[in-house]
Amino acid sequence: MGLKIVVLAKQVPDTRNVGKDAMTPEGTVNRAALPAIFNPEDLNALEQALRLKDQHPGTTVHILTMGPPRATDVIRDGLYRGADGGVLLTDRAFAGADTLATSYALSQAIKKMGMPDIVIGGRQAIDGDTAQVGPQVAQKLGLNQVTYVTCVEKVHDGKINLLRHIDGGMERVEAPLPILLTVNGNAAPCRPRNAKLVMKYKRAMAPLERPADGTLPHAEEYDKKPYLNVTQWSVADVDGDLQQCGLAGSPTKVKAVQNIVFKAKESKRLTGSDADVEDLIKELLDSHTIG
Amino acid sequence: MANNYTDHEELRFELNHPLMKRIVELKERGFSEKDTCDYAPLDFDDAMDNYDRVLDITGELAGTVIADNAEGVDLEGPHHVGDRVNYASGTAANLDAMVKAGLNGMTMPRRYGGLNFPITPYTMCAELVAASDAGFGNIWSLQDCIETLYEFGNDDQHARFIPRICKGETMSMDLTEPDAGSDLQSVMLKATYDEAEDCWRLNGVKRFITNGDADLHLVLARSEEGTTDGRGLSMFIYDKRDGGVNVRRIENKLGIHGSPTCELVYKNAKAELCGSRRMGLIKYVMALMNGARLGIAAQSVGISQACYNEALAYATDRQQFGKPIVQFPAVADMLATMKAKLDAGRALLYQTARCVDIYKCLDDIARERKLTPEERAEQKLYAKMADSLTPLAKGMNSEYCNQNAYDGLQVHGGSGFMLDYPIQRYYRDARITSIYEGTTQLQVVAAIRYVTNGAYLQLMREYEQQAVADDLKPLQQRAKAMADKFEEAVAHVKEAADQSLLDLCARHLVEMAAETIMLHLLQYNATQRPDLFSKSVRVYANLAEADVAKHHTFVMQLTPDSVQHYM
Repeated sequence: MGLKIVVLAKQVPDTRNVGKDAMTPEGTVNRAALPAIFNPEDLNALEQALRLKDQHPGTTVHILTMGPPRATDVIRDGLYRGADGGVLLTDRAFAGADTLATSYALSQAIKKMGMPDIVIGGRQAIDGDTAQVGPQVAQKLGLNQVTYVTCVEKVHDGKINLLRHIDGGMERVEAPLPILLTVNGNAAPCRPRNAKLVMKYKRAMAPLERPADGTLPHAEEYDKKPYLNVTQWSVADVDGDLQQCGLAGSPTKVKAVQNIVFKAKESKRLTGSDADVEDLIKELLDSHTIG
Repeated sequence: MANNYTDHEELRFELNHPLMKRIVELKERGFSEKDTCDYAPLDFDDAMDNYDRVLDITGELAGTVIADNAEGVDLEGPHHVGDRVNYASGTAANLDAMVKAGLNGMTMPRRYGGLNFPITPYTMCAELVAASDAGFGNIWSLQDCIETLYEFGNDDQHARFIPRICKGETMSMDLTEPDAGSDLQSVMLKATYDEAEDCWRLNGVKRFITNGDADLHLVLARSEEGTTDGRGLSMFIYDKRDGGVNVRRIENKLGIHGSPTCELVYKNAKAELCGSRRMGLIKYVMALMNGARLGIAAQSVGISQACYNEALAYATDRQQFGKPIVQFPAVADMLATMKAKLDAGRALLYQTARCVDIYKCLDDIARERKLTPEERAEQKLYAKMADSLTPLAKGMNSEYCNQNAYDGLQVHGGSGFMLDYPIQRYYRDARITSIYEGTTQLQVVAAIRYVTNGAYLQLMREYEQQAVADDLKPLQQRAKAMADKFEEAVAHVKEAADQSLLDLCARHLVEMAAETIMLHLLQYNATQRPDLFSKSVRVYANLAEADVAKHHTFVMQLTPDSVQHYM
């Protein structure tokens, strides 16, 4: 039997490849200088979803993303790798959302999409690194949740078997569906874009991406091939409460941004004696640096 | 993220050549599949955009997955387990990624699950893959054997075999035997017709078979009892699912460790005939080899690019006497020469690929309908160009690749001799390119007829008429003087009317032709994109002009009497 899967994905600045001009003189992130990419751990999540699709015929995988029109890139990228469709959640009223407002918007969209068997996303995004959105979405939808997933082992009889990363090891978990999962970066990397799917979906577009002057190349294709029209929803489309969206729905306030400089601590000289080595090991164990 | 395609603009420039317009028009037959196949292009620009995007995917996989696995594959190599081959773990991962990306059966028609790509962008993909792992490049590129099955197999064979290759099954071409290397006429593997089972049976041994445990093999075998030459050989299809062919050993090689080179034992292996009997070597293997030679030329260009990248990065980073060594003219000379050979060789490779595309598309159309007289003339013209340029592209690029590996290692100094840098792997991998699919000496044998019949000279004289940028006109004059020298040297040898003298001078004459043609091709490139090629065209002109003078001096010295000193 097929599963219904929604993958939460975010377009993020590529903070892993930070150049000299990554920060403005005012100390904020210069988004223009950083390429926008598919959040890496969301790609790990997509791969787990696509593997379930390979194993369970009839499974559908949809990407859900919130962002400006150009965030449709992550939906296209998902289509190129094997997803069936996607929803772009975009509205000026969503702008400036913290994790609470974001999870509210996403959960409203998931309700509108129809409750899936599995909602799956990356553990955290590389721009905010909060790891809060997944768990908050689960809470708002009243779903069970498993975090730090490394591998979805199988789905059977309404249950899911998972391997999750925990402090100092791995944990095997069985949980009932429906469920929300967040996936770690040490899970399998996502499969590559597929040549045929790229050629099929390269023109897929959300309505807001269309050129304002009406000069859409091959406009007739969008009527002939419905899959080229990416679903786009506003606050109203998902019955959103404006007070819970965007800046208005975000209790998080940035007080200040501080540069942290790591300073060298005092050094300690050790000899090669057994006693010194033993002391060092004990110290490292006590501080949980190792073990 | 590393991407072998987008990191260097030169390849994209080669893709956007004006001849592509005609190639796409022929390949897509008026874009007739646009309403029936969701990934077929709508028009020329759309097709070109598709090629660009697929090159981007290939470049990314080559620059990430394949590049990351390359060192491990080189160290691990394939495993001989029982009678079978298990790829190195990195090779298996590479193949899995390429199959998932849908990059198999690229040139096959869409009705079989292929991408219907011309040979030119496919060859570009082969270059990108080889730049990261030349050995893996072999395994992946052997998919182009399916071209020969498509050309000469019947409809039933097409329907049974082509979709499997498009889904990612691998191929091999089983030609060489212990006593039949360059001399394939001596092939002994025996094919006998089994009346009871209504199939052919193969018995014997093949040696040095690249990817010898492939899913589908094209096998050259002797079907006509009592014959001893090429006219008794036929081509067969062996399907691994039928069994009967075992891997006796995997060779231990200097380079391309990822690519398993196998000795195969055929024990009454079931096989089916491809095409007509007796045409195996004369027609089908020649077609197979021409395709494979283009593939090795692409592999050579890929390795050349990799060598250049490594050498440039090292020379920019390494400081001696208080500055990066790239700033010393002696080092800069090596790097500039490497780049010039790379650009010139690549220009020749893709000019060849475009000629192959045009005539092969017309061949394919000729199977559907009668060609018009104009189309027949076009087919003949490009077939002749392709046949004359293929041995040059393979011969020169494989030699350049070795020279670039040598210089690239030299730039590294003592570090290059250590096994710690990738350049040592490229140096070892490069070495086979001028040997397999016909040694450089055999490329010369294939090319010499175009020296003596005037085909290369005619091509040079035509190129002398092409419009080039004003600042390149002096170079065009120098290329003209090179052609004059070539003409004089050819006349000198022809006048002597001595076969041994011609054979002795052949390589010199062929290189003169190749270098002059490449200089013209680079002038075209530099006219279009001075930002990319204005340096390399000048460096190459100096190099090629001096080489041509050297060969000229050599050839003009020799008479039939000189041959005895060499024999």
